Amino acid sequence: MDQPLRIVIAKPGLDGHDRGAKVVARALRDAGHEVIYTGLRRTPEQIIETVRDEDAILLGLSSLSGAHGHLFPRICETLREHDMGDVIVFGGGIIPEDDWPPLFAAGVRALFGPGTTSEEMVEFIATAVKRDDAGVGHGAGWHWNQSA
Amino acid sequence: MLHEWVDHGLRIAVLAVDPSSPRSGGALLGDRVRMRIVDDADRKDSVYVRSVATRKTSGSVPLVVREMAFCLLHVGWDKVVIETVGAGQSEVRCAAVADRIVLVEGPARGDGVQAEKAGLLELADAVIVNKSDLDGAQRHADELRESLHLGHEDAPDVLLVSALHGTGVAEASSMLLTLEQSTRAGRARWRERLLSHHERQLLEHSKFDTLLSSIEEGLMSFDDAYAQLRNGNE
Repeated sequence: MDQPLRIVIAKPGLDGHDRGAKVVARALRDAGHEVIYTGLRRTPEQIIETVRDEDAILLGLSSLSGAHGHLFPRICETLREHDMGDVIVFGGGIIPEDDWPPLFAAGVRALFGPGTTSEEMVEFIATAVKRDDAGVGHGAGWHWNQSA
Repeated sequence: MLHEWVDHGLRIAVLAVDPSSPRSGGALLGDRVRMRIVDDADRKDSVYVRSVATRKTSGSVPLVVREMAFCLLHVGWDKVVIETVGAGQSEVRCAAVADRIVLVEGPARGDGVQAEKAGLLELADAVIVNKSDLDGAQRHADELRESLHLGHEDAPDVLLVSALHGTGVAEASSMLLTLEQSTRAGRARWRERLLSHHERQLLEHSKFDTLLSSIEEGLMSFDDAYAQLRNGNE
C-alpha cells in the first residue's frame, strides 16, 4: 500500500442520520486510507476548515435531507474561494438522479447512492487522485460514471 | 480544558492520535467529533486540531508527532497538547515525544492492586481521574494517591474531574499550566526516544514491505529478513 490518503467524511446540513457516512468511513479505512469524520450537522465553513486543518485531499459529503442542491455547490464554491481547488469532492446519500447534473457542474466528481459497493468507491478514489483535473478547482468536467 | 486555556489568552494546538489498522494501514480519525471548540466562532482561531494516525509505528504516539509539535511551537502556538491513543499500563512511548505526561484515568479500573502495578503511572507528571460523577472515582483517586506517595517524595497531584459536569476542570487546567517537569521520567524518556528512532529506521528501510511479504508468503525465513533489515539500506 502506498502512502494512505487523507479523506474527510462530512455531514453538512441538518439531517441527523450518519449510519451511511460511518459505513463509508469504515470502508475507506479498510481500504487503507486515513478517514477523518466530522460528526453531524456541520456548516460548509466548518467542513472547509476541517479539510484545511487536516490537510485532506478528498472530501466526501453525505446528505439525506434533500438539501444537497444547496449545500454541495456552496461547499465546492467555498473551497475554490479559499484556494483549495485541489481537493476532490464526492457525495452520497439520497440524491435523485435528476439532481446530478448541476452537482457535477459545480465540481462534484462522483455521487454514490444506496447499493453502491465499497469497491466502486475505492476504485473512484484511486482513479480520481491519478487525474490532474479532478480537483474542485477545475469546475465542471470529468466525473465518475456510476456502474449501477 | 481547551476552553479554559483559550479564555486565559493561550493559543493551543492539539495533535490527536488514533490508531492505524495493522491490517489495512487505514485509520478512522474521530477525535474532532467531540472537540467542538473548533466550531466556536470566538475561540476557534485560538485552537488548531490535527488528527494523526499512528501509521506503522508501535506505541501510543508516533515519533513524527514530536517534529509536528516543534513545528507548531515554532510558528507561534503557545502549547501543544498531544492526545495519545488509549494507553495501556505498559505504554510509555509517549515519554519519547512529550515534555510532560498527564495520565487520565477513570473509575472502576479494577481493584486496589492496579494502582500498585508498574508502568505508565510511574512516569506521570500529573494524574486526572475523570468521570468523578460516577461511583468509585473518589476511591480510585485515593488508591492512586496512596500508591504514588509510597514511591516518591514529590508524588504527582491526583485530581478529580468530571468532564460531563465540568467540575474540577478549571483547577486541572490551571494546575497543568504550572506543572513542573519531573525528573523521574529522565532515563525512560531517552530510552523511549532511542527505541522509537531505531524503530523508525527499520520502518523506513526501502525493502521493509517487500521483506514483510516474503516472510508472510514463506519465501524467506524470519531471521534472514531481520538480518537484511538490520544491515540498513544498500
